[in-house]
Amino acid sequence: MDAEFLQTVLLTLKLAVSTTLILIIVGLPIAWFLAYSHFKLKPVIEALVSMPLVLPPTVLGYYFLIAYSPRYFFGEWLVRVFNVRLAFTFEGILIASVVFGLPFMIQPLQSGLRSLPESLREASHTLGKSEIVTFFRVLLPNIKPSLITAIALTFAHSIGEFGIVLMVGGNMPGITRVASVAIYDEVQSLNYATANNYALILFATSFVLLTVIYSINKKRNTWTAL
Amino acid sequence: MIHIDIKKKLLSSEGVMTLEVNTDIQAGALTALFGPSGVGKTTLLRIIAGLTKPDSGIIRCGDQVWFDSERGIDISTQTRHIGMMFQDYALFPNMTVEQNIRFAQDHENRISIQSLMEMLQIAEFAKRRSENLSGGQKQRVALARAIARRPSLLLLDEPLSALDTTMRIMLQDEILKVHRLFGSTTILVSHDRDEVIRLAEHVLCIERGVVTVEGNPQNILSEQSAKERHQIAGQISLIEKQEGGYIVTVKTGDNIQAKVVVGENDIRELSVGDHVRVLSKAI
Repeated sequence: MDAEFLQTVLLTLKLAVSTTLILIIVGLPIAWFLAYSHFKLKPVIEALVSMPLVLPPTVLGYYFLIAYSPRYFFGEWLVRVFNVRLAFTFEGILIASVVFGLPFMIQPLQSGLRSLPESLREASHTLGKSEIVTFFRVLLPNIKPSLITAIALTFAHSIGEFGIVLMVGGNMPGITRVASVAIYDEVQSLNYATANNYALILFATSFVLLTVIYSINKKRNTWTAL
Repeated sequence: MIHIDIKKKLLSSEGVMTLEVNTDIQAGALTALFGPSGVGKTTLLRIIAGLTKPDSGIIRCGDQVWFDSERGIDISTQTRHIGMMFQDYALFPNMTVEQNIRFAQDHENRISIQSLMEMLQIAEFAKRRSENLSGGQKQRVALARAIARRPSLLLLDEPLSALDTTMRIMLQDEILKVHRLFGSTTILVSHDRDEVIRLAEHVLCIERGVVTVEGNPQNILSEQSAKERHQIAGQISLIEKQEGGYIVTVKTGDNIQAKVVVGENDIRELSVGDHVRVLSKAI
């Protein structure tokens, strides 16, 4: 196995693990908010969160490129205040990957929370427990299958992210070149053997993760929206 | 004493209904909210708990204002220091019986969990999860959890509705025992007349969102049940002359027979084949 191959696989893993970790932290409060809030504009937020499911990655990628560009407000502000450029960097593709993975983390969590009887949350409140204590000690432990589904789906999706990474990050070895982009690149160079190795890794990882999700859901007999 | 004077519009099966209650709940007593389902009993209990917000009004527990729409006060459920038993028990599935009860406790006012479990005869299930308990056992755990932090107000929402008669009577005793031992103000929602007469010291009868009558359960509900009539409609199938009067047999469509004693004067207006209505009344 050559160094470049290993470097690309490790970078792919780094992107998927970082995306998943960030999304656990960001996704839990958003899922809680979407499950329980009576905020009037909630449907707008729900729609925004679900946009990556229906939008071509190139559309979002395009907007990210515009946002990152120092010629426009946000990119210029990043350069001026933090001296940071995000286009064609690992941080740049990480942010895009997090946004693109939002629905895969939030939707299973939200439907898991909604499937719990409202009386569980209310009972915890009548016992004097705050929203945070209720969330971590009563709600979250009772939607474990949804949590595992959310984590596995997010990870599996991030590991195979292609369009948005190519748009925002390009194909820079060791920086933004992930396995899915490498497959495309190797095929373009008629290098089928290497492309096949990358493809096998992505295929096996996704297959194992999905099998884990389905067996957990079968064991728990709790069906959560995939 | 808890002073309640609230209004809330509710959507019931018969259209929009206004829940309008103005009453005082006596401290230390067991008060029942009695009435058929869908009249607003549970909503009133939830309003007292702070789980449902009334449209307007005031709720005061002792000196503390819990809700006052004019002054914009609505203190959270967490700070009302109540204990509540839900209709579906709402035991936390991820915790054992003991953990459910321990979760309820603050650092102050601790009752020993062990003695509480022994009192309610659930100590032997301490390590079991709620999904492996029977209805009666769940009810006891829910009661133990509701009183574990010695609430100043205990709210019971149809606590025994899912249980069979024998289990009901046993658990009514447990509720009475707990109420007498801790002396906390208790409000019980029930549509079971016998249960209310057995448990409560005071009853508020609620119909279509308003308290129609309140007072001593024995007087009010025993009287009400005496007034109630049973009736059957049917056709006279036989008239027999007996000593001192007539026996009229009335048959219904379901082939139920009722035999009624009729005097000389009334029998003149009746003949076989007539459609009649028989009313019976408890004396």
